[in-house]
Amino acid sequence: MTDTSKSGAAVGEPTGSSAAPSAFLEVRDLKVHFPTDDGLVKSVDGLSFQLERGKTLGIVGESGSGKSVTSLGIMGLHTAGQYGRRKAQISGEIWLDGTELLSADPDHVRKLRGREMAMIFQDPLSALHPYYTIGQQIVEAYRIHHDVDKKTAKRRAVEMLDRVGIPQPDKRVDSYPHEFSGGMRQRAMIAMSLVNNPELLIADEPTTALDVTVQAQILDLIRDLQKEFGSAVIIITHDLGVVAELADDLLVMYGGRCVERGPAEKVFYEPRHPYTWGLLGSMPRLDRDQQERLIPVKGSPPSLINLPSGCAFNPRCPYADVPKDDVTRTVRPELTEVGSKHWAACHMSQEQRERIWTEEIAPKL
Amino acid sequence: MPAVRGGPHAVLAYLIRRLFAAAVMLVVIILVVFCIFFLVPKWAGVDIALNYVGKQAGPDAVEAVRQKLSLDDPVVVQAWEFIKGIFVGRTYASGGDVTNCSAPCFGYSFKTEQAVWPVLTERFPVTLALALGAAVLWLIFGLAAGVLSALKRGTLWDRGAMIVALAGVSLPIYFTGLLSLAIFSYGLGWIDGEFVPLEDSLTGWLGGMILPWVTLAFLYAAMYARITRATMMEILGEDYIRTARAKGLREPVVIRKHAMRSTLTPLLTMLGMDLGALMGGAILTETTFSLPGLGQKVLDAIQNQDLPFILGVTLITSLAVLIANLVVDVLYAVIDPRVRLA
Amino acid sequence: MSDKAKAKAEDEAVTIPAQSDGSTGGATLTEDAAPGETLLKVTGLQKHFPIKKGLLQRQVGAVRAVDGIDFEVRSGETLGVVGESGCGKSTMGRLITRLLEPTAGTVEFEGKDITHLGVGGMRPLRRDVQMIFQDPYSSLNPRHTIGTIVSAPFKLQGVEPEGGVKKEVQRLLSVVGLNPEHYNRYPHEFSGGQRQRIGIARALALNPKLVVADEPVSALDVSIQAQVVNLLDDLQQELGLTYVIIAHDLSVVRHVSDRIAVMYLGKIMELADRDLLYKSPMHPYTKALMSAVPIPDPARRGAKSERILLKGDVPSPISPPSGCRFHTRCWKATQICKTTEPPLKELRPGQQVACHHPENFEDQAPQDVVLLSDAKEAAELVAEDALAESARTSAAVAAEAVAAEAAAPEAEGAEAAKSTEAAKRTETAKKGTKDAKSTEGTESAEEEPPAKEK
Repeated sequence: MTDTSKSGAAVGEPTGSSAAPSAFLEVRDLKVHFPTDDGLVKSVDGLSFQLERGKTLGIVGESGSGKSVTSLGIMGLHTAGQYGRRKAQISGEIWLDGTELLSADPDHVRKLRGREMAMIFQDPLSALHPYYTIGQQIVEAYRIHHDVDKKTAKRRAVEMLDRVGIPQPDKRVDSYPHEFSGGMRQRAMIAMSLVNNPELLIADEPTTALDVTVQAQILDLIRDLQKEFGSAVIIITHDLGVVAELADDLLVMYGGRCVERGPAEKVFYEPRHPYTWGLLGSMPRLDRDQQERLIPVKGSPPSLINLPSGCAFNPRCPYADVPKDDVTRTVRPELTEVGSKHWAACHMSQEQRERIWTEEIAPKL
Repeated sequence: MPAVRGGPHAVLAYLIRRLFAAAVMLVVIILVVFCIFFLVPKWAGVDIALNYVGKQAGPDAVEAVRQKLSLDDPVVVQAWEFIKGIFVGRTYASGGDVTNCSAPCFGYSFKTEQAVWPVLTERFPVTLALALGAAVLWLIFGLAAGVLSALKRGTLWDRGAMIVALAGVSLPIYFTGLLSLAIFSYGLGWIDGEFVPLEDSLTGWLGGMILPWVTLAFLYAAMYARITRATMMEILGEDYIRTARAKGLREPVVIRKHAMRSTLTPLLTMLGMDLGALMGGAILTETTFSLPGLGQKVLDAIQNQDLPFILGVTLITSLAVLIANLVVDVLYAVIDPRVRLA
Repeated sequence: MSDKAKAKAEDEAVTIPAQSDGSTGGATLTEDAAPGETLLKVTGLQKHFPIKKGLLQRQVGAVRAVDGIDFEVRSGETLGVVGESGCGKSTMGRLITRLLEPTAGTVEFEGKDITHLGVGGMRPLRRDVQMIFQDPYSSLNPRHTIGTIVSAPFKLQGVEPEGGVKKEVQRLLSVVGLNPEHYNRYPHEFSGGQRQRIGIARALALNPKLVVADEPVSALDVSIQAQVVNLLDDLQQELGLTYVIIAHDLSVVRHVSDRIAVMYLGKIMELADRDLLYKSPMHPYTKALMSAVPIPDPARRGAKSERILLKGDVPSPISPPSGCRFHTRCWKATQICKTTEPPLKELRPGQQVACHHPENFEDQAPQDVVLLSDAKEAAELVAEDALAESARTSAAVAAEAVAAEAAAPEAEGAEAAKSTEAAKRTETAKKGTKDAKSTEGTESAEEEPPAKEK
């Protein structure tokens, strides 16, 4: 929980003393490990980032990259469903508005959940309780943190449903989740998470289960609500299109670690990590002329129990042999600053990466 | 799609439909029992009338009985007479001997010539009390043990409870019954163990029922504890439990309000089926503890091929099971809004 | 250097064995169906799933999953099918592979009517038509080895491949980029992408002519999706396969398809060559669908000027809207859309559209100008630029048609001598067709964005 877990100050990394930071949300060297029969699953392995109010951070990665566990760790929900089993191990620091959450009293953190920080999940059908009406669930969320009677809370629920664009909110408030369509359910979920005006909203794949036209509606809604409420938003997704719509900053995760982080424009236009190139090359794009061929990343995502030594991406990296002395396979690269507020963890030199990007990758995208 | 919800009309229609289905079911049960008891002996070459009057009787007496009970009529006609008897009463006539049997008439025992209905009304409440009391006990203890085990998975408590549950599932009723009698009644002398009618003394009645209840409940509580534990663990991994925690609910509220309600549905389904199978357990328990319920009577009736009694008991227990299932279905609809109009 | 980056694993795997052995496969395929010939023809295809209720299981309605569609698949091409969930695209896939029995309509494969063939009659056809499924986790039997799974088609068809089953299976594994040594492994030992390759190997075992792939990449991670998309591409080139690829992801569909069908509520709304569809979509639904796809480019963040948001949800396929099924959410809908179902018409060579008021083309029902109240609501969600552009392009096309008519009176679309003001603006508009966006002709921009005024 203190500085013991830190491996020296990485260049340009926001480390240093464990004094309260100035940022609204600051995560320092977060590690979430799950002991299993097969070994220790290092879902998140040393992650740091900051987020200000009113800003949106996009966390991008493939399945098993640790992006969802990161969000659960911030919410203090990483042990969910782990009753009595060997406990998840979490270390590092999570500062939310001046409070360090990992060392704080669990009941205090509980009171922050839902009020200061709220979450939207991927599948709204399974994330809403099937036996309670939408209204009952929103009322409950409101009354945990507000000492009001049910009537007042229900008025608030109707107001929130109206705000997220559910037609006839005074009627629909008494509907059950299964009576809603997928898009309406996600709207209701958003209404529920915002009912207490949280300052931090975490959206974990909020549109993955939805159709594309509904996705557009929901992304629009999240953007408008953020403007209105001024919250900080973390959006977790595998879809670069979705983060490009919403995120100010981008964090690319691979194998439980951050491989690249920076302002969205920088990461999209001047990416400095081969994995980010791979992601950009893998997706067919509607806004460009037809590509002849996609540029996939070879191989499969690594096992979080047996991460490759050195750079976790090295077995899939086409440039693993560019740096000398086999350093990619032996030394874990640290995040280094490659531009203003832009970090990447790669052994290749700045110049090499710049050259490869501009000459070999960018022209093919 | 518009929100179609189960209003009072839908619930009423649902109930009426179910009651109608239950009535049809009862008629089918009567027919099946009739067929078994009349057709099977016929194929086997056994004369029921002879069986009824005894081997020493002369052919005249046998014929008289046959006429009185209209055994020569087709099975369907007999079944119809029987059903009619339940609702409007019936008259048995053989020669000059006329017996009026007012509704509800379940006929007379072939062996003892006792009217069936009074015996049923006298004995059924005991069986019902045994079954319901045991059901309440096993639900309370089974659920509690299961939930605690799920929450404290892998601890000493969990393992201990599950070992006891395993024992409960595997030990036969007459073993646990006799064991509990030996310990608490004869050994420690805490409980008398004699059945006392409820009208005489409440405490006496409770004292007489407690061991049968516990014995019968033990078996089921053990099963329910195991199912509850498994269901609860599954539910705790559901997304909506994570949502409940993300709202900032206290853990006990998450368990009580969100996890428990979902855990109940599979248990209810089980309960509906178990209430039917319960009769077997109740009969064994009643014989073990010498309770004056239907159990003893049914065993006798089967041994003696006493059709009216068997029919009566079958009908009344079927009715009980059908009503129990109806209650379970309604409860199900109350708990899970998704099944309301099914 | 960067060439190395191109998934060399599967590139090698595909080319090498295909050269050594695949020539026979490729040759037999191209022999009996010359490229461009119609391989599959679907006419009036319908599938209604009955809804039954009560003790007697009376039919009280039907889910009209597929409700009368017509299309052709030509040999060697890839037909992409897109649509949102519930539009009937998966049902359509299972109808043309005859895993489902159509309610009405016909399916012809190589000129032979296969609509009502029984299991026995379909057996020889199963060799020619294969399917790839979405979920690589549930579509492979976990208790069978890869060898057993991939060789199953041989056993079912009683085919003994040259050189033995095992050798052929190993060849197939290497074709799809898997290690042939893994013959004896079980599905759980493979990752999602590898399992999808196994599914593809199984589908290819009997040298099919047509492969129907239902969401072949949607369960896979982004980087793996690209591997599988490239593999499908390569296989098509090597083996001359014909694909019907069903997917909800418009960018993937654009990447793999030659022609694309857009489905909505059991109907085809637009069926067009890929480039025509993406450059100048005619059906408003197609346009909305494409504008909804998030673009991975932060500079276009919240590019609301081009965004068309659809209001509400897709209506129920149990009682689809009358007339044009899209009229309840369309911002151009008029009375005729509510009453008359527009036929799927070839408005431009290679582009069939079912719409009364198409985008990028002259209006098919110009007399009907009064918007439905639904349409007015819908229009509020459409960016003004998009409305303006739509009006501009329609007028431009109309004007062009008028001009063309003047030059050659027998030209198609003669009845489109619709708007006199359009004719006046022929010159500006002609430029506009080439590049509608660059023509910031203020006059034409003002022209009747129909939704806003009324």
